[in-house]
Amino acid sequence: MTAGTLALRGRRAVALSPRTTWLALGAMSVALYLVFRDQWILPHERDTAVFQAFNAARDNIDEVKRTVPPVSLVLDAIRGTTDWLYTTILGILVGLGWPAVIALSTFLGYAAGGWRTGLLALSGLGVLGALDLWDPSMKTLAVTLAAVLVSVAIGVPLGILVAKSNRARAVITPILDVLQIMPQYAYFIPFVVLFGIGAASAVIVTFVYSMPAAIRITALGIRGVPAASVEAAESLGSTAGQVLRKVELPLARKTIGLAVNQTIMLALSMVVITVVIDGPGLGENIIKAIQVLNVGAIFDAGLAIVIMAIILDRVTEQASLRLDSRSGAGRAGAARRRLPRRLVLGGLALASLGAIGLSAIAPTWAGTVPEEFASLTFREPVNDLVDWIQANLYFLTIGLKDAVTAGVISPIEKVLRSSPFWLVIAIGGAMAAMLSGLRAAVITVVALAGIVGLQLWDHSMVTLASVLVATAITLGIGALIGILAASSDAVSRAVRPFLDAAQTLPAFVYLLPALVLFSPSRFTAIVAAVIFAVPPVVRLVETGIRLVPETLIEAGRASGATRLQLLRKIQLPVARPALLLATNQGIIMVLGMVVLGGLVGGGALGFDVVSGFAQRRDFGLGLAAGISMVLLGIALDRISQGAGRRRLEDLGERAAKVQVHATP
Amino acid sequence: MQTAQVDRAATTTHDDRTADRATGQPTISVRGLWKIFGPAEPKIAGSPLLELTNAEFRLRTGSTIAVRDVSFDVSPGEVFVVMGLSGSGKSTLVRCLTRLIEPTLGQVLLDGEDIRAADEQRLRELRRRRFAMVFQHFGLLPHRRVIDNIAFGLEIRGEPKASRLARADKMLSLVGLEGYGGQYPDQLSGGMQQRVGLARALAGDPEVMLFDEPFSALDPLIRREMQNEVLRLHHEVGKTMIFITHDLAEALKLGDHVVIMRNGQVVQAGSPQELVAHPADDYVADFVRDVPKSHVLTLRWIMRDAREDDPADGPEFGPDTVIRTVIHAAATSDKPIRVVEAGRLLGVVDRAHILEAIAGHLEPGQVEPGRVEEPGPTPAT
Ligand SMILES: Nc1ncnc2c1ncn2[C@@H]1O[C@H](COP(=O)(O)OP(=O)(O)O)[C@@H](O)[C@H]1O
Ligand SMILES: [Mg+2]
Repeated sequence: MTAGTLALRGRRAVALSPRTTWLALGAMSVALYLVFRDQWILPHERDTAVFQAFNAARDNIDEVKRTVPPVSLVLDAIRGTTDWLYTTILGILVGLGWPAVIALSTFLGYAAGGWRTGLLALSGLGVLGALDLWDPSMKTLAVTLAAVLVSVAIGVPLGILVAKSNRARAVITPILDVLQIMPQYAYFIPFVVLFGIGAASAVIVTFVYSMPAAIRITALGIRGVPAASVEAAESLGSTAGQVLRKVELPLARKTIGLAVNQTIMLALSMVVITVVIDGPGLGENIIKAIQVLNVGAIFDAGLAIVIMAIILDRVTEQASLRLDSRSGAGRAGAARRRLPRRLVLGGLALASLGAIGLSAIAPTWAGTVPEEFASLTFREPVNDLVDWIQANLYFLTIGLKDAVTAGVISPIEKVLRSSPFWLVIAIGGAMAAMLSGLRAAVITVVALAGIVGLQLWDHSMVTLASVLVATAITLGIGALIGILAASSDAVSRAVRPFLDAAQTLPAFVYLLPALVLFSPSRFTAIVAAVIFAVPPVVRLVETGIRLVPETLIEAGRASGATRLQLLRKIQLPVARPALLLATNQGIIMVLGMVVLGGLVGGGALGFDVVSGFAQRRDFGLGLAAGISMVLLGIALDRISQGAGRRRLEDLGERAAKVQVHATP
Repeated sequence: MQTAQVDRAATTTHDDRTADRATGQPTISVRGLWKIFGPAEPKIAGSPLLELTNAEFRLRTGSTIAVRDVSFDVSPGEVFVVMGLSGSGKSTLVRCLTRLIEPTLGQVLLDGEDIRAADEQRLRELRRRRFAMVFQHFGLLPHRRVIDNIAFGLEIRGEPKASRLARADKMLSLVGLEGYGGQYPDQLSGGMQQRVGLARALAGDPEVMLFDEPFSALDPLIRREMQNEVLRLHHEVGKTMIFITHDLAEALKLGDHVVIMRNGQVVQAGSPQELVAHPADDYVADFVRDVPKSHVLTLRWIMRDAREDDPADGPEFGPDTVIRTVIHAAATSDKPIRVVEAGRLLGVVDRAHILEAIAGHLEPGQVEPGRVEEPGPTPAT
């Protein structure tokens, strides 16, 4: 106990000095800024040696691809196979025609999750057809399925390997960790260089993006199989293969099902974005509509994406629950409903067969959704609404936009852009050192210096300003809702469906409400990022506060604290690690929206990346911008993540201390 | 435990049985077995570090000695109990026998065959045909019906479906679970689940059955029922059984021979009577302190030589009768009890000795088995 108290006292002594250090650091930064303002700045240049070098490198790689047969052979083989897979799946979907696809999906939905899911598939796909978005939807579905097929075929075995072999785990886990903090667009660059743009690249990028989930969750499932079951099988003389086939895989079936579910959802969110590299599908509709600012058309396409996401999510989720052979209740329920269920299944199977026959007899009719039917659209009402908002609310929204832009975004941007670059790097390094230790500081400084080297400092500062503002707003809103949800079960129940839905939706969809309210601008991009990043922050804050030990709260109550005092003096301080983790997550999520923000007026790095993919001449710029964004992300992640980690350790000690006090 | 002790007295034949077979080869023979967990394991053979106490060893090497230089023999058909407190290395020891845990040093022989020399395929063969294990937490497969759980071992070794299901069905009735074959394990109570575990182990018709605290997770009442079940099955199928427990009453009730472990070492080995009558050290004495001696010791342990002047018409009992069963006879007759085996008078027991046994005042030395015959070979330690 004495040693513990001493250590505690020591910590408190250390904890005092950072405050002074922070103050000193702040004062020094301000002083340096005032002295060196507008010196050592690095204005943006349209064309630089770095961009040219990247262009040249790309030309070289193209040259190698053309002239070195083995390289081109391998790349062509991969590209060809992927392309074949996509075309085949699309061919099947198109060949089946809309009646058969709808009938089969209903059948699958019913088989997986009963009449609710069946009905969801039926009506959802019906709406896709009615929206006249059948063809792009099938393209999106085909890319998704092709990518998921490969992801699962490779990811599940790798997951098993990771679960069983320590060596495989040691090699693969760090790679997965890095992939996890890479923003979606960062995947595009290398694959565009290797495979060009188009459907094949879209499939490959989507597959690479979604496979880590398949690996991770499968490994989790296999490792979650009770050791006692495995040991019992071994004691009876099972071979390793028998243990895998008869014990581990069956018991991990549900988790592997969820792995497939997650893989599909991640793939879908990526597929929509692959429009940036000319991927086919609904993303095209959205980007075209964005270009002509047709918010109503964006709404239609966004709705189609949401519908597809929900159908795919529910069907695969229900299917994996059905795979859970362990639950006795599930078994009993299934048995009770067996007969009527078989009848319905038979009926749906017959309907599917009939629809397939129909496609064979009348391929043209089944190939396109009839015009009379495909007449649903929300363009007019949505555009009317937008017009109405523009006419009546714009004084509000524009007012808000202008106020925030002029009052917050622009000043921050101005300060960042007019600061000497070394001062920004030094401040970043110092913050990382204070919050996360020396190692993080070194990484931060190197990452920021890398941006200087890429000659994109100015654009990076513009993006950084937006990211900082978006993160601040996200944390404010997220913490507020999270605290409310943690203090009231009613609020928690009310926000839960929104949080769940938010997790299902592809990031693209979040652009829509932002666009409706604010039309393209930097602020719009920030709003989109906030909408995207708030749900996980709410979740983390709520969980963090709810996990505060009941004994501590009781102790507070016993000493007569008000509810607000409980929150301020006990819950928030104790939940600080979770709050800091939420900060880190918020930053990562906001950064993930930067490129998409480029599509709705975010400018700077996001726009550079987009134009890099659009125009061959700008490839170098786009690549440099992409790398800059990853570097910026690494720097921000290091600064904030270390803080969360440190505090988490603190929490562990604090919890131990609480126990020490509780046990004597 | 009272009824249990009566059961035991009623079925006590084991001393003769082990005596009969004492001359034959042991089913399992363990010599100098060590298991060390941790980084020190690979290079430990012959090292002076092995002389250290467990605590010192852990401090010096960061590794744990879970089993330390254990040796014993298990005779065919006997119930061999390993008893010790939690953490004393029992589970590790029993797993070393089939190399579910790979031993560090030492020898394990099954009918003279060196198990540690077996290659992977041979080891699988041994696990499939010769050994079967019953686990503390049952180790049933939750995704398989009871019948398929029981048939699992047979399936693993490639038996056709019809024959393995028929066999599993037989096992199901052997353990008294007729009609439950179609259920899933989580639909059964703990006791029933362990019956399934028993049936699964029996299904492969193994030569040796290993039990790792099979009843520790069960309620006391169910536990007693299951212990009787094991005694019954042992009677019916006559397997060699190695039984791990931390419960002394269970050890004394089931064991023909009992080994007591502490810190990975065997501290005493012997028949239940020997342990109760002559605890080798304070550790064992602590264990047996609360055991009513009259429930464990047999007349053989308290009789004296017959004298000329002893009355020849006192009540007669066999030498392996537990003391408490003769209390009534001793109370209603004023003559000493005559200990008789195969018509031969081995000795007599005075009423005073019985009272002392009941009162638990037996000092070591005061209790000596009759010199006609030792109650069984003492296992090597
Ligand atoms: N896999 C393992 N790794 C490290 N130490 C172990 C392992 N298994 C058991 N031990 C240690 O070996 C000792 C004996 O454990 P165990 O055989 O389970 O004892 P028991 O079954 O008698 O309770 C304990 O100190 C335990 O911590
Ligand atoms: Mg154990």
